[in-house]
Amino acid sequence: MKAKAGRKGLTLRNRELVWGLIFISPWLIGVIFFFLFNLIQSVVFSFNNLIIDQVHGGFDLHWVGLRHYHDIFFIDGNFVRELFESVGFMLLNVPLIIFFSLFMAILLNRAFMGRGLVRAIFFLPVIMATSAIEGSLELIMGIVMGGVSSVPDDVMRAQQGFDAQSIAMMLSQFGIPMQVVEYIIEAIAMLHSVIRAGGVQILIFLAALQAIPPSMYEVAQIEGATGYEAFWKITIPMVSPLILTNVIYTIVDTFVQSDVVATARATAFQNVYVLEGVRGFDFGRGSAMAVVSSLLACLVLMVVGWAISKYVFYYN
Amino acid sequence: MENVNRRKYGFSDIIRDPRGWRESPSFDSTMHKWTGKIRDFIVGVCIAIIVIGVCYVILGPIFGIVSRAIMTREDVINPLIFLIPQNFTTASLNYAITHMNYFGVFRDIFVGLFSADGTFSFDYVLALREFSNWGALFGTLIFAGFFSLLHVMVCSMIGYGFARFKYPGVNALFALVIITIVVPVHSYMVPMFINFRFFFGTDINLINSWWALGLLTATGVGLRSGLYIYIFRQFFRGLPKEIEEAAFIDGAGPFYTYIKVMMPNAVPAIITVLLFAFVWHYNDTFYTSLLMPQVNMMSTYLMALVDTYATAERDFNPLGQQMVLFAGVLLAIAPILTLYMFLQRYFVEGLERSGIVG
Repeated sequence: MKAKAGRKGLTLRNRELVWGLIFISPWLIGVIFFFLFNLIQSVVFSFNNLIIDQVHGGFDLHWVGLRHYHDIFFIDGNFVRELFESVGFMLLNVPLIIFFSLFMAILLNRAFMGRGLVRAIFFLPVIMATSAIEGSLELIMGIVMGGVSSVPDDVMRAQQGFDAQSIAMMLSQFGIPMQVVEYIIEAIAMLHSVIRAGGVQILIFLAALQAIPPSMYEVAQIEGATGYEAFWKITIPMVSPLILTNVIYTIVDTFVQSDVVATARATAFQNVYVLEGVRGFDFGRGSAMAVVSSLLACLVLMVVGWAISKYVFYYN
Repeated sequence: MENVNRRKYGFSDIIRDPRGWRESPSFDSTMHKWTGKIRDFIVGVCIAIIVIGVCYVILGPIFGIVSRAIMTREDVINPLIFLIPQNFTTASLNYAITHMNYFGVFRDIFVGLFSADGTFSFDYVLALREFSNWGALFGTLIFAGFFSLLHVMVCSMIGYGFARFKYPGVNALFALVIITIVVPVHSYMVPMFINFRFFFGTDINLINSWWALGLLTATGVGLRSGLYIYIFRQFFRGLPKEIEEAAFIDGAGPFYTYIKVMMPNAVPAIITVLLFAFVWHYNDTFYTSLLMPQVNMMSTYLMALVDTYATAERDFNPLGQQMVLFAGVLLAIAPILTLYMFLQRYFVEGLERSGIVG
């Protein structure tokens, strides 16, 4: 090989460049033609009406400017609401999932009997995460009584003598602001989905916790730090890079499953105009919805990522 | 001065002289030991409650689905029966197997495995002739297996290219890999569909074939390809550089080194990517319903099952529909659960060693 390279007259640096590009060449093709090109086209489509020519094949673009954006924001009654609901749900859900998975990882980090089994069970939702069976899982959860998480409030009161409303009343009587109480109620209602969404995050946190050198805790103990101090001064800084990773992972994961994405998809790929006699897909409007929701998701990602990265501590 | 009571205290001494015991160091050490034990016990009980509760939330639905799938209708209606059925039946399962085309042509082959005179015969002629009808189970398994292998081949190569070759701009390109992970596919699903429907302006239609997803996977932008590239890159960077240098000095080219030296050392990463890609392709509904809506996969059959049942049997009772649905769900998750039961160690450890962590 060396001789060959010599014949070609490649210096070491050029050789690295050539071979590096050869190795990543499939990805370069893919990222240019199937990723960047598609991203740009998505924006282009959102300014056009896309009509598939049934007779001659192919498709035509008709420039309509900002009409799709105008439609989804000012004509469509649902899109804006769904957009903000999805982002709101994301902002509510992500902290819950992160706190829950960090908490569970700290619990699982202790040595106890059957730890391997418990870890295997916690990872199970990742294996079964598919929208095809999600609905039936929710359904069966209600049947086998998965506790507060699954049963509607009134049914729960009748069946189990547990009254979420009265607890809410009690909390607000203590002078806890109503928003906080609502958040707690909401959190309990989402318990099932939070547990199911936390599988990967728990394992990532667990691996991070096990990577912390035990000598740090020993030193802290000798210096007289309490467990509480050790948690805030050692554990949290050491796992903070993974908190950033997990937050980004969770935001993307939640966004992909949100309503607004489903709406964009349905708009683009279902015959929404069948009733009006115009058969066809509304690709342009679907693209506009996808672009708007993705931009918002990226904005959230950037703001959250920037805010967290200021507090991230890198050990090395 | 030294008025600390250094006596040893037995049980009878404590009864006789509790005050003296309380002021002795013996009291301190005993209490210290006991508070520690009690605290550990309480913490242990709390952890057990939380862990068992969370495990129940995860396992509950699976038990529920299994039990509902083998219940008779009388048992489902009977409020006294919870989880454990009184009368077992495979009626729902049979219905789901038939209408999901679960075994396809293999159903007939299995039936004919043992002929009347007791001889064993596998009708491979029939299996090969009807290979387009291999059924939801084998069809989906082969689909997922093929794409996970393709992922390993392509992403390991790309990951190696990012891990070991230094040239200006390589970090910017790798940042683009991270961007492909973070940007949701949904933001460009319409052009993706259009570009495969009319393959870049031509009249070639790649929708409803393996080609569309195959091209995406082969160029490293398929289902979570970015993550696999990342995993392989981190893994290759972690391997000692000396192995490669030795190979280079012995006259191996970069490609030969990658195939013969690096890949055999990357078995943990390969297993991780293989398993995750397999499971995610098996479960995926986004790419399959967008790029191959008429290719019959497990998820396609599953989503159509209830409608099929309702229209074919004229049964609009939600209970009957539920029973069939749960039987279908059980059949759909059974292969993955079986796989996970045997290989769960690799799933869990694989993620930990994948390089996402540190």
